[in-house]
Amino acid sequence: MGKGGTLMYFNYLFDGAHWHFDKPGSIPNLILQHLGYTFVSVLIAMAIALPLGAYIGHTNKGAFLAINIANAGRALPTFGLVTLLVTLIGLGTLPVVIALVVLSIPPILANTYAGLRAVEPGAVDAARGMGMRPARVLLGVEVPMAMPLIMAGLRSAVLQVVATATIAAYVGGGGIGRLLIDGLSIGDYSRVVAGAVVVAVLAIVLEVLMTLLERAIVSPGVSGRFSVGGRKGADAVGRDPSDLLGEGITLTADGLPAAHHDVNN
Amino acid sequence: MFTYIQNNYQTILDALIQHIWLAIVPILISIVIALPLGYLAVRYSALYQVFNALFGILYSIPSLALFVLLPSLLGVQILSPINIIVALTIYTLALLVRSVADALRSVDETVLQAATAVGYTRGRRFLEVELPIAVPVMLAGLRVATVSNISLVSVGAIIGTGGLGFLFTRGFQLFYAPPIIIGIILSVLLAVIFDVIIVLIQRQLTPWARVAR
Repeated sequence: MGKGGTLMYFNYLFDGAHWHFDKPGSIPNLILQHLGYTFVSVLIAMAIALPLGAYIGHTNKGAFLAINIANAGRALPTFGLVTLLVTLIGLGTLPVVIALVVLSIPPILANTYAGLRAVEPGAVDAARGMGMRPARVLLGVEVPMAMPLIMAGLRSAVLQVVATATIAAYVGGGGIGRLLIDGLSIGDYSRVVAGAVVVAVLAIVLEVLMTLLERAIVSPGVSGRFSVGGRKGADAVGRDPSDLLGEGITLTADGLPAAHHDVNN
Repeated sequence: MFTYIQNNYQTILDALIQHIWLAIVPILISIVIALPLGYLAVRYSALYQVFNALFGILYSIPSLALFVLLPSLLGVQILSPINIIVALTIYTLALLVRSVADALRSVDETVLQAATAVGYTRGRRFLEVELPIAVPVMLAGLRVATVSNISLVSVGAIIGTGGLGFLFTRGFQLFYAPPIIIGIILSVLLAVIFDVIIVLIQRQLTPWARVAR
């Protein structure tokens, strides 16, 4: 491809006409739609998976369930789920959101569970000894100490959903996938390039934002940023959470279970 | 649903076979590349950071975007399975290089010292001590990569090459659920079978794990 040819691929992306906010189908509008799918789905998944994961992690009841939901969720092809839901309940936003919720529950659930299980039992005992009620032990001790893993689960859920929301366009939905699908069907390659670039940048920006949010939310005492005498947060958190996830699931260096690194559905 | 299977037996079988090799080839290529890269990442820790950043970025590119971009980047037809294979190889590599590096790092230093002390050369120590001990962590990464690959292949159907994903696009175009249900069931089954195969391989490669339990 010549130099002019390469630049031509960016025509759509750099054409100001596609960036007008008030025009339906413009790039900013598609980004907003995309973020809309993402946040609605992740919020619903959080409402389901956070309490459930906290309950399972706190009581250690149904741990088997948590691990298996996480594994099954990975094997379920989201593209298949979206098309199935569309044939069952019709076109629209609902089937897409349901599929994205199903996609984002496993990482949140598994990480919340693993995070709570990894909390040093001594800390929980101390909190009880100080007279904290069970709810305060959970919210004041266990959850903050589990926060690094919980946030890692949220981050991977957000990234999975951002990537997968592109599929919404295939079943007539909105979002950045529109540029990819429409570009493909009318043979406008520069539109495809625009979609790919925008969605890749969006994914990377969200990953950075989630990392910053994680820093803001995780208590400095847990993350070890203000470590005293070389004592790192990892020691304070205690046991290696990867022991608790069972065979086949390991935690990567940033504490994210490798099991939930499958971002790109 | 059974009538659909009866009438489309050959279509389903073709989709399944394509799905299997679209999932396997990237895994095999990635294993071959990830082993040396993971080894280098452990020897040179600066490289570990570089790989992490690079593969982290590659990994966050949505698969559909990669599937539609690759044909012109690679100069191949959009229907060519090479697109899917290259895209999935990138994702698998991103997971595996890190798994291999983390696995090699997890090998106990005293074990390495013991091996050196009884006369292992560096190369033999790597092949006969480090690699076997690192197998469980490496295969854990491989399991994750394999299962997510199998799920991802079907997205390729949007650009015309996606194994069982063909049943999803077909079902959507006809607004007819049976092919989609069959595709989902087969895809999940494939994931389970591949997972079991890797676990069995792991048992073969780590006989000491059985003795210890």
